[in-house]
Amino acid sequence: MREIFVRLDRCVGCHSCELACAVEHSRSRTLFGAIAETPRPRRRLYVEYVLERKMPFLCRHCEDAPCVAACRTGAMTQDPVTRIVTHNPERCIGCWMCTMVCPYGVIGREWERRIALKCDRCPDREFPACVEACPTRALVFTEEEDFARMSRREAAEEVARSYRMAG
Amino acid sequence: MEERALRRTIDPAAQVMLSLAEKQGLETAWDRLEKQQPQCGFGELGLCCRHCNMGPCRIDPFGEGPSRGVCGATADTMVARGLLRAIAAGAAAHSDHARDVAHTLKLTAQGRAGGYEIKDEAKLRRLAAEYGIPEAGRPKEEVALDLAKAALGEFGQQEGPIRFTRRAPPKRVALWEKLGIDPRGIDREIVEIMHRTHMGVDHDYVNLILHGLRAGLADGWGGSMIATELQDVLFGVPQPKRAEANLGVLRRDQVNIIVHGHEPILSEMIVAAARDPELVALARQVGAEGINVAGICCTGNEVLMRHGIPIAGNFLHQELAVITGAVEAVVVDVQCIFPALADLSACYHTKFISTSPKAKFPGAVHMEFHEETAYETARAIVRAAVENYPNRNRARVFIPDVKSEAMVGFSVEAILAALGGSLDPLLGAVKSGAIRGIVAVVGCNNPKIQQDYGHVNLVRELIRNDVLVVTTGCNAIACAKAGLLLPEAAEQAGDGLKGVCRALGIPPVLHMGSCVDISRILVACAAIANALGVDISDLPVAGAAPEWMSEKAVSIGAYVVASGILTVLGAVPQVLGSPNVTQLLTAGAEGVVGGKFAVEPDPFKAARLILDHIAAKRAALGL
Repeated sequence: MREIFVRLDRCVGCHSCELACAVEHSRSRTLFGAIAETPRPRRRLYVEYVLERKMPFLCRHCEDAPCVAACRTGAMTQDPVTRIVTHNPERCIGCWMCTMVCPYGVIGREWERRIALKCDRCPDREFPACVEACPTRALVFTEEEDFARMSRREAAEEVARSYRMAG
Repeated sequence: MEERALRRTIDPAAQVMLSLAEKQGLETAWDRLEKQQPQCGFGELGLCCRHCNMGPCRIDPFGEGPSRGVCGATADTMVARGLLRAIAAGAAAHSDHARDVAHTLKLTAQGRAGGYEIKDEAKLRRLAAEYGIPEAGRPKEEVALDLAKAALGEFGQQEGPIRFTRRAPPKRVALWEKLGIDPRGIDREIVEIMHRTHMGVDHDYVNLILHGLRAGLADGWGGSMIATELQDVLFGVPQPKRAEANLGVLRRDQVNIIVHGHEPILSEMIVAAARDPELVALARQVGAEGINVAGICCTGNEVLMRHGIPIAGNFLHQELAVITGAVEAVVVDVQCIFPALADLSACYHTKFISTSPKAKFPGAVHMEFHEETAYETARAIVRAAVENYPNRNRARVFIPDVKSEAMVGFSVEAILAALGGSLDPLLGAVKSGAIRGIVAVVGCNNPKIQQDYGHVNLVRELIRNDVLVVTTGCNAIACAKAGLLLPEAAEQAGDGLKGVCRALGIPPVLHMGSCVDISRILVACAAIANALGVDISDLPVAGAAPEWMSEKAVSIGAYVVASGILTVLGAVPQVLGSPNVTQLLTAGAEGVVGGKFAVEPDPFKAARLILDHIAAKRAALGL
């Protein structure tokens, strides 16, 4: 299954992913329409800035998802095949157990209904909105194996280059 | 035909060229727009500010993140400041063009210009009288020198008024004075924008936007109008004439020179040099049948209007012309020139020649142009093109067999002449309802909009509903390509407009010139309002820019609205991040200056909106 991976060295902190996420989860699904909607459409990923590094944080859809285990009402469920963790607003009672146990702090709040809000991996799209919006391709939507191979090749290239220089 | 090409433009010549570009792997503005997707939402909404180094700052339009910049600037302040800076750039572009024209007039009067002359002495004397310069019994050179100095003086003037603003109806001038937006000097208002939008100065969006209108007025009734009027003195007042439009005007058997940019100071001389017998002979020597100059954008409009020089296309045609492989030189001056032309020209024998000390392009050949040596430089440029002809790779030449005929050259003077010397026939037609209203459709191409779709469809809808269309800039070229600038196009008009066009022998769409020539439209509006004893804002008129993209268009929008005219934009301006600014521009402004903006990307809906507006204005006038 494909996952959203982050190339941590690529984020420039433009917040385009956040805007695209909010727009995708609006009624009009256009920027100009979304900014006028009530309730205001909310983003489900967060660009953080720590130790002079910028990085987007979003739901990892963990294999053994703590939020699913912690949810008492069955609002948070995980698809047995795709492993996507989804949140059913009808069942949510706003107890915030999921928020407490999430290791990445990426479960937000829909203020108006006082319920949890999280990444749904854009079920209507081939590529998630945040991935498409990223101008530096810091966000990539690919198989775990492919991402690992890409990282491996980048690392290998660096080693090869220094080896050649030394030789 | 590639499906993508059909989606990008409605122009059949451009469709063919885009298909060819795609097959050959050549990149155009449309491709670069795709690579820019998605464009930054903060920028689209006007919610980013780079005016100081505490920033860059952004405001979250969804209200979760910051609602203020580091200094505390709100969305209203950021959006208004950004809009003003666009107006400043646009007004500066038109007005610096005008400064060059006034400077050329001055050098011509002093006998220091290389090849220019005063072509219309009668207009020179009329303008001198308007400026209060004694002219009777004085030689034209002396009068021209005084006029040039007076016009140049208005750029650095510290106290108003700017002379041509007084062409506006007295009610309009009084309103500008009351609002404190009567411009005092052209450069002064632009500088004041830069000051007010500096960190920590003006933060009140209403106060900011009022000043933006003031700078816009300094452009429309100042810089742009000075450019138009003095160009007429130097190069002649445009008169109706027939010419051809679209890429099919390029010649397989001739040296093709494209003039692209905005100032006729250059293109007039290129046209003259291309007729130089020595250079024509040289062209024959290298195997060409002759020298063919064709225009793109507004410098193309200038020589189209005055000499019937064919126009190869509008803004988005600039790369397509090179891709024909038949262009020996693209000669450019300033504004709306893609720096991408350098790399593209390098794929062909085409020489990309820059001429202005203000506008250099990495990869271009720079042949600097100065008024004092204008004709000599123009000859050198034409010679370089002619000598490049043998380098043309004939196997790669593809000129689409697409061109249209057009009647162009409708200056205000020419319109008056067509009306028999007085506005009365036009006023009569408006009063009787044969002509419901008059709409100026102007502006650029923008690859965000299918090329010419917005232009041509809006114009067709308007004339079909008996609205006389006046046009300049890239809309005028779109209309020329679509065959709308011919008297025969009256067949597409409603019965009322058709009758008027037939009686006068004019097209239903009048080509009034380049983008600075929107000032001609202001003059016409003022004359009509004065004849009826009303303000411009009372007239059944509107403006539209269906495919606008440049900062100049923002300045134009500002002065058209500040002149009391509804302006309909086909592309969304970068202001929606502030509901207050948006509300002021699209509603509140009407109660203050009598004009406002509307945004409507669908040309058919835009036409409906304009027709409703015209109907309301007619009803208010009791028509």
